[in-house]
Amino acid sequence: MTISIDPQKTNNESLQPKGWLRYFSFSLDHKVIGIQYLVCGFLFYLIGGTLASAIRIELASPMSDFMPRDVYNQVLTLHGTIMIFLWIVPVVNGAFGNYLIPFYVGARDMAFPRLNAVAFWLIPPSGLMLVASYFVEGAAQSGWTAYPPLSITTPQSGQIIWILSVLLLGGSSIFGGINFIATIIKLRRPGLKLMQLPMYCWAMLGTSLLVVLSTPVLAGTLILLSFDIIAKTGFFNPVLGGNVVVYQHLFWFYSHPAVYIMVLPAFGLVSEILPVHARKPLFGYTTMVFSIMGIVVLGLVVWAHHMFTSGTPPWMRLFFTIATAFIAVPTGIKFFNWVATLWGGKISINSAMLFSCGFIINFVFGGITGVALAQVPFDIHVHDTYFVVAHFHYIVYGGTVFIIFSSIYHWFPKVTGKMLNEKLGILHFIITFIGFNLCFAPQHWLGLNGMPRRVAEYDPQFQFVNQISSLGALLMAISTIPFLINVFLSVRNGKDAGDNPWNALTPEWLTSSPPPVENWEGEAPLVEEPYGYGK
Amino acid sequence: MLNKNIYLILIISFVFAISFWIGFNVNLLPAEASINAPIYDELFKILFIIGLIIFIGMTIAVTYSLFKFRKRNDQIGDGIALEGNLSLEIVWTIIPSIIVLLIGLYSYNIYDRMGGMKELNHNHEMMSSNTEKIWAGISQNSDNEIAIDNLSIEVSAMQFAFLFNYPEGNFISGELHVPVDQKVSMKMESKDVIHAFWVPEFRIKQDIIPGQPTILNFTPTKVGKYPIICAELCGPYHGGMRASIIVEEDSDYNEWFNKNKKPEVNL
Repeated sequence: MTISIDPQKTNNESLQPKGWLRYFSFSLDHKVIGIQYLVCGFLFYLIGGTLASAIRIELASPMSDFMPRDVYNQVLTLHGTIMIFLWIVPVVNGAFGNYLIPFYVGARDMAFPRLNAVAFWLIPPSGLMLVASYFVEGAAQSGWTAYPPLSITTPQSGQIIWILSVLLLGGSSIFGGINFIATIIKLRRPGLKLMQLPMYCWAMLGTSLLVVLSTPVLAGTLILLSFDIIAKTGFFNPVLGGNVVVYQHLFWFYSHPAVYIMVLPAFGLVSEILPVHARKPLFGYTTMVFSIMGIVVLGLVVWAHHMFTSGTPPWMRLFFTIATAFIAVPTGIKFFNWVATLWGGKISINSAMLFSCGFIINFVFGGITGVALAQVPFDIHVHDTYFVVAHFHYIVYGGTVFIIFSSIYHWFPKVTGKMLNEKLGILHFIITFIGFNLCFAPQHWLGLNGMPRRVAEYDPQFQFVNQISSLGALLMAISTIPFLINVFLSVRNGKDAGDNPWNALTPEWLTSSPPPVENWEGEAPLVEEPYGYGK
Repeated sequence: MLNKNIYLILIISFVFAISFWIGFNVNLLPAEASINAPIYDELFKILFIIGLIIFIGMTIAVTYSLFKFRKRNDQIGDGIALEGNLSLEIVWTIIPSIIVLLIGLYSYNIYDRMGGMKELNHNHEMMSSNTEKIWAGISQNSDNEIAIDNLSIEVSAMQFAFLFNYPEGNFISGELHVPVDQKVSMKMESKDVIHAFWVPEFRIKQDIIPGQPTILNFTPTKVGKYPIICAELCGPYHGGMRASIIVEEDSDYNEWFNKNKKPEVNL
């Protein structure tokens, strides 16, 4: 017996709410889901940013005087967890991936629209649960790494809620990853070859492979950890014969690839933005594809560089040093190619371009400290210090968050049909760039000279540099004000953008702005040269 | 064309010059107080200079492109349709690969000079024949790994303090006193959660892990008082988990040791 479903009915528009209400519904439209991811992620970014401000206020003075010490540990745990699992991962993957990938492959939606909606709707409840855990018995306070035995001995309710919400968020991420792989491989428009796809598709393919391969390991690890906490098993509890270093291996087997889950999509996005505003083809398409896949493969075999001071034998340290340092090669290729993309172009200096160039400069800096940190003898001194804090903020904030803003400036006209104000956008860039570098550059020195991370108090000799850092954090907080004003004003009264304000060639611009429900009125266009500028 | 090449050479030499100047004249590190520290600082200086060259070079390339190739008001149309340049891409794949490989080999050499490549837990003889080497690492629990001619100390870490047990003197101290220029071997174990033993002036760090003793050897070279810092989040008072290491002349150390020494208790 076959059940025939009328395609008109399953995707019946009248069943879906219209207007702004769509964004609060279980919508199956990939564009709506993309915006849901973005706005939800941004709200959590504001929460995570408030927590970061609290940390910088506490660190403006050497004494632990702004909040109780256990609350400080809860704040830094929530800050890390929210920024990673509720802001960066959902936004660079979920938001832009859902919005753009179906356009790029010439499809009318993602491969599994319902799974897609489920993946998004797992996020708000688990995020709220995580934040609300503060009001139960205190939130988790063992850092976003939740190393046992600390995570076993701190108050249980917070840690268990933390585990539950990270499990749900990981599930959401896996659903998304499966969906992206299926969409990119199976839903391509007839005639569209893999090597004609825009670079963001390749980045999302690589990222999704990492998500699908490594996130289940984190899930398994956290389930074992929850057994240790609730059922008093002894997987990681040394009192019961467990091994704490095993947890670290399992945790970093996910959490190092997680860095690439956060930056590879940004690499894809910047590869879309630069050619449009520089009016030049993306330099070295094929090498870009291979370097993404190279990063994916290498990214899976470098996790133990987070454990050079834990229990690792010398040969293991050596292997992970070399493997980690070699990631600089494919990454370096991408950066040289982006600069070569700018070279000889006709560059529009606008907010999207400035944030992208800010990304290049910040990320190169973070990459250089990354290669240094990969060297065992170097790492032994600065491991778990503010040097590391500075390094990874250069990667995830100076890198990925800059690209998130760049992408918002670039695709806002597509989503709303309105332009963002360029003057406010450039102001936003300048304050963010100065604030960011003021906040994090001095922290390298702090780490080298003896300030460990995750402390509420420190030597008085570090006070001045910490205050500079806090001033930078203040500027970063201020920088969101022109951005928010810009978005709210432009949504209401922005200049009309037309369908294709940047004269871009990638497929999402070859339809109206905002696009119709099924993306194109007629057939999806076949874009064989998404970067064919100057021809 | 010739003109362009001259400018390029000038800019590159400028980048190199300024990077070397900064690398040699800006000190970002604390005092050097162990055998490890100068070795570490040598690696740091090299990485710092290479990093500066790449960072300054890339920053100049990006800002120059933004300025030179910015779209003027009267311009229309696109830039050149340049889709790639295979030989250029091969160059900037191979050169970074070589640099990374050289850095890796060099840091292996540094690590070896710090004594990190020795299998401490298996071969006792090898240990004592290389006593001048510093081993800033870890090995599994084993009783014969601490060479006889070293000062042996047992470190126990707990929330939120370090305790230093001097087995030869049969006493426990909250401050770590060591004689200058003598190798110290520490066997460290945690009573509760993971801690870490870090002395920034010595450039060494080792996690102290519950249920799995770790070994850390070092040789202090400069008399003075240095902080011992816990570097692994260990609870609310993690930031306050500090101790001091006091490096003394032999005579001062012996005086301190004899004052604290407890007589053997014979039952």
